[in-house]
Amino acid sequence: MSETDKMLRERTQTEYQYGFVTDIEQDIAAKGLSEETVRFISAKKDEPGWMLEWRLKAFKNWQQMTEPRWQNVQYPPIDFQDISYYAAPRKKPQLNSLDEVDPELLRTYDRLGIPREEQKVLAGVAVDFVMDSISVLTTFRKQLSEIGVIFCPISEAIREYPELVRKYLGTVVPPRDNFYAALNSAVFSDGSFVYIPKGVRCPVELSTYFRINAAGSGQFERTLIIAEEDSYVSYLEGCTAPQRDEHQLHAAVVELITLDRAEIKYSTVQNWYPGDAQGKGGVYNFVTKRGLCQGVRSKISWTQVETGSAITWKYPSCILKGDHSVGEFYSVAMTNHHQQADTGTKMIHIGKNTRSRIVSKGISAGKSQNSYRGLVKIQKTADNAYNFSQCDSLLIDDKCGAHTFPYLEVHNSSAQVEHEATTSKIGEDMLFYCNQRGLDDETAVQLIVNGYCKEIFRQLPMEFAAEAQKLLEISLEGSVG
Amino acid sequence: MLSIKNLAVSIEDKSILKDFNLDIKPGEVHAIMGPNGSGKSTLASTLAGRETFTVDGGSVQFLGQDLLDMEADERARAGLFLAFQYPVEIPGVSVANFMKAAVNQRRKHLGQGELDAREFLLKMKEKMAMLEMDPQFMSRSLNEGFSGGEKKRNEIFQMAMLEPKLAVMDETDSGLDIDALRIVAKGVNTLRNEERSFLVITHYQRLLDYIVPDYVHVLFDGRIVKTGNRELALELEARGYDWIREEYAALT
Repeated sequence: MSETDKMLRERTQTEYQYGFVTDIEQDIAAKGLSEETVRFISAKKDEPGWMLEWRLKAFKNWQQMTEPRWQNVQYPPIDFQDISYYAAPRKKPQLNSLDEVDPELLRTYDRLGIPREEQKVLAGVAVDFVMDSISVLTTFRKQLSEIGVIFCPISEAIREYPELVRKYLGTVVPPRDNFYAALNSAVFSDGSFVYIPKGVRCPVELSTYFRINAAGSGQFERTLIIAEEDSYVSYLEGCTAPQRDEHQLHAAVVELITLDRAEIKYSTVQNWYPGDAQGKGGVYNFVTKRGLCQGVRSKISWTQVETGSAITWKYPSCILKGDHSVGEFYSVAMTNHHQQADTGTKMIHIGKNTRSRIVSKGISAGKSQNSYRGLVKIQKTADNAYNFSQCDSLLIDDKCGAHTFPYLEVHNSSAQVEHEATTSKIGEDMLFYCNQRGLDDETAVQLIVNGYCKEIFRQLPMEFAAEAQKLLEISLEGSVG
Repeated sequence: MLSIKNLAVSIEDKSILKDFNLDIKPGEVHAIMGPNGSGKSTLASTLAGRETFTVDGGSVQFLGQDLLDMEADERARAGLFLAFQYPVEIPGVSVANFMKAAVNQRRKHLGQGELDAREFLLKMKEKMAMLEMDPQFMSRSLNEGFSGGEKKRNEIFQMAMLEPKLAVMDETDSGLDIDALRIVAKGVNTLRNEERSFLVITHYQRLLDYIVPDYVHVLFDGRIVKTGNRELALELEARGYDWIREEYAALT
């Protein structure tokens, strides 16, 4: 990494979470959801008419839908009229120095290796910036635009690149797909838009540089990534720093599209506030993520490290439409205390010679519940489809639960499907072996769990992997005793 | 170094060690032999602090400390090493990472700083060379897919890395062919010095051809019933354990 890159990166990361680069003023919509709310949001965003129509249609769909309850998680009913669907960027409480910050939070920041200056920003301490972050972003976007890559907030894309957005938005996750996708379609606040033109290999991991633009802490984020023929992009979402948020419900939608021979690699580290050790508070993370391998020999790869949120409920999926297309899902889901996770993937094989690979590692500690739910569907047209699934569960306590729900639908006899599943408890013999080499229980468990997740961490970009590993160690704290 | 007095140990109400006594001085190598079921492995596990065993009585002093009052990891950091009879597999954790964590914990205990990456790598390479191990072992998952001989060699490698005060070897020779046995013995002999002691637990005399002990004890029915030098081991090899059994029966 050159000095400039490093500096730019530091600056953009320092600004992360400081607010989205938008023109929003101080308005807050009144609580409640109606057609008026949808119109208000659309107007606020200065959207064209077609976008408003699209949102209104989604809203109508949503009104006719009922909240799903089949998932293996429990939470009190959500009052959708008690939520404010539009808020100006959050104003953080301004503190004068780090001394005023919760020492527990600072300790976590230190453990994650977050620099002091960045800690100040994350914790809401007033900081002076030497450099204007907007200009940094502009510089980078200019560099990317020279090779034709578009990377901007989706609200901007709706205004600037309407033909692209109209062509692809909602094609992978239609507004009526499910209850929360419909809700998101009606009221999404912002999110990211990425377009990689034909033949271009995006030279940077998007959002490593642009966390400020890409991550956002919106309640209803919407992300759309399009990779044209023979292109490649690696996209990182999320942040390892603990994120506290007053929004309890997060319902994002992510859509990926790859054309012929294109590849998208999408990595997530999710560390939303999980609630306290007694299970009070915490974010409900109800997300719809789906990719469409539309082109021949195209590939979509999801990697996720989920440690946060009170409830995580999501299935990043691949529709393998193009012949010879490839879908991958690599996941680590760690739950502690009272957290609940119901996560997995769907691999829908439509094209011939399509291949998919699922590797899921669930880790449960405390009183948490961790479910893997996955569907592998081989349609009639998918000659010679191949799937390999491996679902492992690791239990750290005897009060937690691990569940596996693998679904398999095969409509073509030439398909080859392999499934492996294991459930294990960290054994007394493993711990004793580590103890005998001088490692205390906590270090031993960290080591064993990291080993267990190694295959997934290997899929992450390197620096992200190191962060994810540290994050897991912190999430494990207090789970041994 | 180690002083065991009147130690009694049981597992699930079954008494295994009874009135066990043993003294080991710095630099000494003691061998413990005995038929199956005599309590050899129980002794090793108890010294290392495995919780599945219950200490019913007696005392164990290790370097002036009450060993029985210490947790397994504390015992290890204080300088007690157990070469396992059945080393445990830890998937995804490389030999190098595992050793790095262990060596640094031990150094921390000794008030030394962490080894830097280069020093650590050099040390690993040196010890691996001594045990004729392929350096590629460093990046393999700990014990996973290792052959029996590789596992045992890996135990001695860890011993060499951790430089313990007292090494307990629990049937390290079982499952080794003659070449592996020679290499393991060479490793142990290299580590022998005036301060480091060894407690070598074995079923067969063969190992003691290579690791020559100062004392040989015969364990029978949870007690040491006979103590001698290397000649005793040879006698056991020639005559088996039946005569011990008879002598013991006559005594009790």
